[in-house]
Amino acid sequence: MISSADGAQQAAAVTAAVTAQARPGLAVVGAGPAGLAAAVTAAESGMAVTVVDAGLRIGGQYWRHGAAGVAADADLHHDRAVFADLSARLDRAVAAGSVRLLLQHQVWALTREGDGGTTVLAVDRTDPARPTEIRVAANHLVLAVGAYDRQLPFPGWDLPGVMTVGAAQALLKGSGVVVGPRVLVAGTGPFLLPVAAGLAARGATVVGVHEAAHPAGWLRRLPALGAAPTKVAEAAGYAAVFARHRIPLRHRSVVVRAHGTDRVTAVTLARLSSRGRVRPGTRRTVPVDVLAVGYGFTAQSELPLQAACAVRVTPDGTVAVTVDDEQRTNNPRVLAAGEITGVGGAQLAVAEGLLAGAAAARSAGLRSHADVARARARRDRLRRFATAMHQVYPVPPAWLSQLDGDTVVCRCEEVTVADIDDAIRLGARDGRTVKLLSRSGMGWCQGRECGYATSCLTAHRLGTEPDLAAGADRPVATPVPLGLVARGGLHPAPADALPRIPNPNPIPDPNSLEEHR
Amino acid sequence: MAIVGAGVVGAACAYFATAAGLDVTVLDRRAVAAGTTGAGEGNLLLSDKEAGPELDLALRSSRLWSEIGEDLGGATFELERKGGVVVASTPDGLAALVEFAAEQRTLGVESQPVDATGLRRLEPWISPELPGGVLYPGDMQVQPALAAARLLERARRRGARLELGVEVTGLRTHGGTVTGVETDGGTVAADVVVNAAGTWGGELSARFGAPVPILPRRGFILVTAPLPEGAIRHKVYSADYVANVASDNEGLESSCVVEGTRAGTVLIGASRERVGFDRTVSVPIVRRLAGHAVTLFPALASVDLLRVYGGFRPYCPDHLPAIGFDGRIGGLLHACGHEGAGIGLAPATGELVTQLITGAPTSVDAAAFSPDRLLGVAA
Repeated sequence: MISSADGAQQAAAVTAAVTAQARPGLAVVGAGPAGLAAAVTAAESGMAVTVVDAGLRIGGQYWRHGAAGVAADADLHHDRAVFADLSARLDRAVAAGSVRLLLQHQVWALTREGDGGTTVLAVDRTDPARPTEIRVAANHLVLAVGAYDRQLPFPGWDLPGVMTVGAAQALLKGSGVVVGPRVLVAGTGPFLLPVAAGLAARGATVVGVHEAAHPAGWLRRLPALGAAPTKVAEAAGYAAVFARHRIPLRHRSVVVRAHGTDRVTAVTLARLSSRGRVRPGTRRTVPVDVLAVGYGFTAQSELPLQAACAVRVTPDGTVAVTVDDEQRTNNPRVLAAGEITGVGGAQLAVAEGLLAGAAAARSAGLRSHADVARARARRDRLRRFATAMHQVYPVPPAWLSQLDGDTVVCRCEEVTVADIDDAIRLGARDGRTVKLLSRSGMGWCQGRECGYATSCLTAHRLGTEPDLAAGADRPVATPVPLGLVARGGLHPAPADALPRIPNPNPIPDPNSLEEHR
Repeated sequence: MAIVGAGVVGAACAYFATAAGLDVTVLDRRAVAAGTTGAGEGNLLLSDKEAGPELDLALRSSRLWSEIGEDLGGATFELERKGGVVVASTPDGLAALVEFAAEQRTLGVESQPVDATGLRRLEPWISPELPGGVLYPGDMQVQPALAAARLLERARRRGARLELGVEVTGLRTHGGTVTGVETDGGTVAADVVVNAAGTWGGELSARFGAPVPILPRRGFILVTAPLPEGAIRHKVYSADYVANVASDNEGLESSCVVEGTRAGTVLIGASRERVGFDRTVSVPIVRRLAGHAVTLFPALASVDLLRVYGGFRPYCPDHLPAIGFDGRIGGLLHACGHEGAGIGLAPATGELVTQLITGAPTSVDAAAFSPDRLLGVAA
């Protein structure tokens, strides 16, 4: 079944890959803003860097782009100059042999070695028919794995035509697909604005942007706003775009229900009180073709938790890695940068990535020429802004009171609100026992999409605090073929040589999960 | 009476005690099935038991699980009488396995040897290299957390109280006899107290001033993406598992039980290690379990691993559970230390505890399980 020559060749290739780390080695997981900044900073300081990313191209979700590149959609991308600079420096480092770039590689686990280093275990999916395993051993590790849209259930949210703002944005940036024609954008946070502006610029009719928070929240946090003048300028820019396209922006307004049979045809909106509760008598229904919803982001915390990084829950409900002034986690050889240290946007991620790359180099005994002082000042300013942002745009508690018994919470396993109430009645008292008694979070996404809602709903029913960090602990970071796990990647069997169990319901490709982000 | 622990053993005790008319309060510091029960596979195995007290308990339990299935509706906790298939990897191994099964048959464990062709009829995707095995129609499966929850649901309907999030801190006694338990939320009066706290049972017994040696053994279970119905039909495991269960070796041992579930996912289980209470998932163990599974079912190589979960199996130094009255304090019983077989053995344990309390004749010989046998044995 397996030719020994194949196996031996593969073994040799892996061994070569692992031992070709004569210089101090750094593994960077994630090639978005934070990962790119970390990788080029460390490589320019003399480290041997391996960058691992699941995507087809560098740039992550923020600089997500089609085959024609970021420049082709110039109007949709911010900080293009920053991306161009990082991208060019990465190219030079790759050409010089100081960066090895592993795209379409999904990290499924991290193992800590006896010498304090880390081995990154990744599935190489460059040939989808023949996934193989690659192990990257490194003395230092930068985790820059980013975040994905947070979803909240409401009646009708599982109808076709209802998507996350991130998915709408990804379709636009990645493949130029415009959702629509009549789109309503709702949720909370500044990310709603670029998505609505991008959709309008590409010809969609944005019938409204409904922001649950009120910008008056900023009045009490003016110093934080002043710390990030570019953010203010950005917001002013969107206001101009909205005026040009006649997009109404409503505050303290939420979607409480989506209507439709085969797909969404209308949504019901309601006004919120200053405490984030639905005001009676304020409901109205609006026809739409697409509803894009976003309630902030959830950090990808499985790898940090596998690496035993200390975490905390930030005011926006994100499980974030705790880092020191140099982006070091509680393990000084493991650094974290970008959204996983607390959601704060791409500019903050770049500053943190630079600091992490420089700190890794310094820890390896190398000198970094990066302007660390400037990056640190910039990070501190943007972090203050991000913290204020979490306070201005909290997840409004309104969603908890708008659920029906038959509202689906976990889509993979079709678990409803009533099923979760049953689990609590049977004696579940936290996210984990609710999962055991209802199957919520046991399906394909492993609770990445429904974990936040399940934990919050359970805590709300019981009058306790949600255990968000417990739910984020996943020892398998991405689905990985059992055969690869078994053989450790050294002897991959050709996929076509294996007997295949016929599957009437094909398992979705793991990349399709990414499409929803 | 007060039962400490809302896992499957505590739940079974509550089920049988309320059926006998006893007044029951079940206390748990966390939730229903929050400990070992929620970390188990739900194996109700006869096939892996050799002659002795544990087999007696397992045979009694097997009958009781069927009765409970009729009482509560087996589907409500995913009771499946799916049968087990134990396979051998060599002809010599097969001969030993068939001999083992013949001895079990004299004690009432139904089984049927199968050759390589018969094996493939039972499990179409099994490795064609295996020489044969033994089919055990009596092996069953439940979803363990739901099983505990449903047993408790019925006990509550019969008047039991369930107090969750309440930690038991000590025992109240008068003249050497139990009068209740102390908790972080006050005292609960009880003339009988049952320690059904699983891996925590050792520490709890020490808090009670009547220590019983209960040790943790770590086990991991892998979960795959869902497969179509009928892809894997029985509980399938290699004969090595039988040796492992009875083993005294420290460190890692793993063989592999592969089974489908009603949800379509495949569970691959049964690593066993003594590493204290360390929860860290170890990649070498995950690889080893995956390796065993792919050896048994080569087609699983292309199926995705979705999840790994694990927990701690509580065991006593002689690998038999501690069930019965504690000779040191009147009214105190232990019902813990079932190792990896607690789901399977829970009903007979609950029944035995109830029979001991009410003075009814016991369905199995209670002496072998008496906690007093462990006195003076170091944990």
